[in-house]
Amino acid sequence: MDGNFLMLVYVFVLAIFVGFELISKVPPILHTPLMSGSNAISGITIVGALLAAGAEEMTLSTILGFIAVIFAMINVVGGYLVTDRMLKMFKKK
Amino acid sequence: MKIIIEISYLVSSIFFIFGIKLLSSPKSARKGNFLSSVGMLIAIIVTLLDQHVLTYEWIIIGIIIGGLIGGFMAFKTPMTGMPQMVGVLNGFGGGASTLVALSEFYKLGLNVPTQTGIAIFASLLIGSVTFTGSMIAFGKLQGIVSGKVIRYPLQHPINLLLFIGLIVAGVFLVIYPSLSWLVLAITFVALLLGILLVLPIGGADMPVAISLLNSYSGMAGATTGFVLQNNELIIAGSLVGASGIILTLIMCKAMNRSLLNVVLGGWASAGTTQTASTTSAKGQVKSVDSEELAMIFDAAENVIIVPGYGMAVAQAQHAVRDLVNILESKGKKVRFAIHPVAGRMPGHMNVLLAEAQVSYDKLLAMEDINDDFPNTDVALIIGANDVVNPAARHDKASPIYGMPILNVDYAKTVIINKRSMNAGYAGIENELFYYPNALMYFGDAKEAVNKLVQEIKQL
Repeated sequence: MDGNFLMLVYVFVLAIFVGFELISKVPPILHTPLMSGSNAISGITIVGALLAAGAEEMTLSTILGFIAVIFAMINVVGGYLVTDRMLKMFKKK
Repeated sequence: MKIIIEISYLVSSIFFIFGIKLLSSPKSARKGNFLSSVGMLIAIIVTLLDQHVLTYEWIIIGIIIGGLIGGFMAFKTPMTGMPQMVGVLNGFGGGASTLVALSEFYKLGLNVPTQTGIAIFASLLIGSVTFTGSMIAFGKLQGIVSGKVIRYPLQHPINLLLFIGLIVAGVFLVIYPSLSWLVLAITFVALLLGILLVLPIGGADMPVAISLLNSYSGMAGATTGFVLQNNELIIAGSLVGASGIILTLIMCKAMNRSLLNVVLGGWASAGTTQTASTTSAKGQVKSVDSEELAMIFDAAENVIIVPGYGMAVAQAQHAVRDLVNILESKGKKVRFAIHPVAGRMPGHMNVLLAEAQVSYDKLLAMEDINDDFPNTDVALIIGANDVVNPAARHDKASPIYGMPILNVDYAKTVIINKRSMNAGYAGIENELFYYPNALMYFGDAKEAVNKLVQEIKQL
């Protein structure tokens, strides 16, 4: 278990605490946009997908990366746009 | 270059955090979502500048295909289809994690360090379960797969066995990374497990299932972060994981059930076994037609509307908005009481009513409005059932005993709009329908509410 890996665990645990703090403050009225919006954030896997798809030679690894880019982009673009579409509707008269 | 990339990832993470923070109010929420999308754009651009990315053709093609599909779905899905949409998006996130983990495994060849091996295994497991689980959830919400509780023989032993098998295979994979067929076996079994886990979950438990899958999709991203040793993936993934878990717990609490009980698909069986005993000798239900109902509303000052899944099914949100408008034009106070598990996902009713341009300050959460029912003249229930069943308060034999409910029965008059006398999801009859202050208003929610609006206009 090297130091680098332990740092990743640190970040992981602290980020979960930040997440709990942030999300407990979201009111029930916004729970659906919260889900779709946070879902778009989970599309951050795009970073891994891009790294995998961008390798020089065409191998099984890059092909898998290419499909991952498609999946993650659906997640990112679909998630943000649909969240925006929903939030646009929330109006107070 | 490495430092610039790392710092940009940090900046991107901060955008995500601020984005979620701004989601805490409807006024700033749209800006928050925008900030979060800027964070994502930064992450994507910076990654493309990474020296490990050498060819761009496939990346660009992938981005265009994925972007077009995502954009098309985002604009074409009707608001009533939001639970499905969220379900599918969760699935793609999980699927992407699985693919990245597989890709990394094949890239590393035989040199898989122990920690990376563990991370790859976790990523495959969570990502695959999220992918197929979400697709089944989508199928159930879309009506492709039966929304009922589906049971199969030896359900729990099979799942437990698969899970133990996965863990054992994972341990072997970490110790002997050269057994590359194990990766495919793990992926396949995890995909199967996702199907088997979500299949038994019934329609009304979907808010829990969708929230849980949402959390998994975040956790899958975080495990991918461990695979790639990338802090931003870990931060963003954990934020989403935490968000999903909080929503899951809120949903479970609102049903007074443990997470385990929902995941194992327990409720409906409890409900069906003991229906008969409690239902007799309740007397007659009284029904009312639209004309009488218009007069009741005309005499009322204070009205609370309780929407449920039935409103979504009938797409009655616009009709309900018309009802609100006409009642308000007559000087009546109209508000909505929204139970946390009304509908098929957290916040489902709020989105539909927002679509129909109902002002969001009229949409009140259960704890904020429940004490107001005694001062309410008319409580109108549209397509909700179990969440207004007073048995939850006093009948210890009822399967929903202890579940927090909306106290509609304390209102002077309770109007229940329903298509028939059928029991709700829990399979139990609702004693509210037999209460002296309760009136049934039968019919499809949209038609019934439209008819009521017409009658009120003619008064």
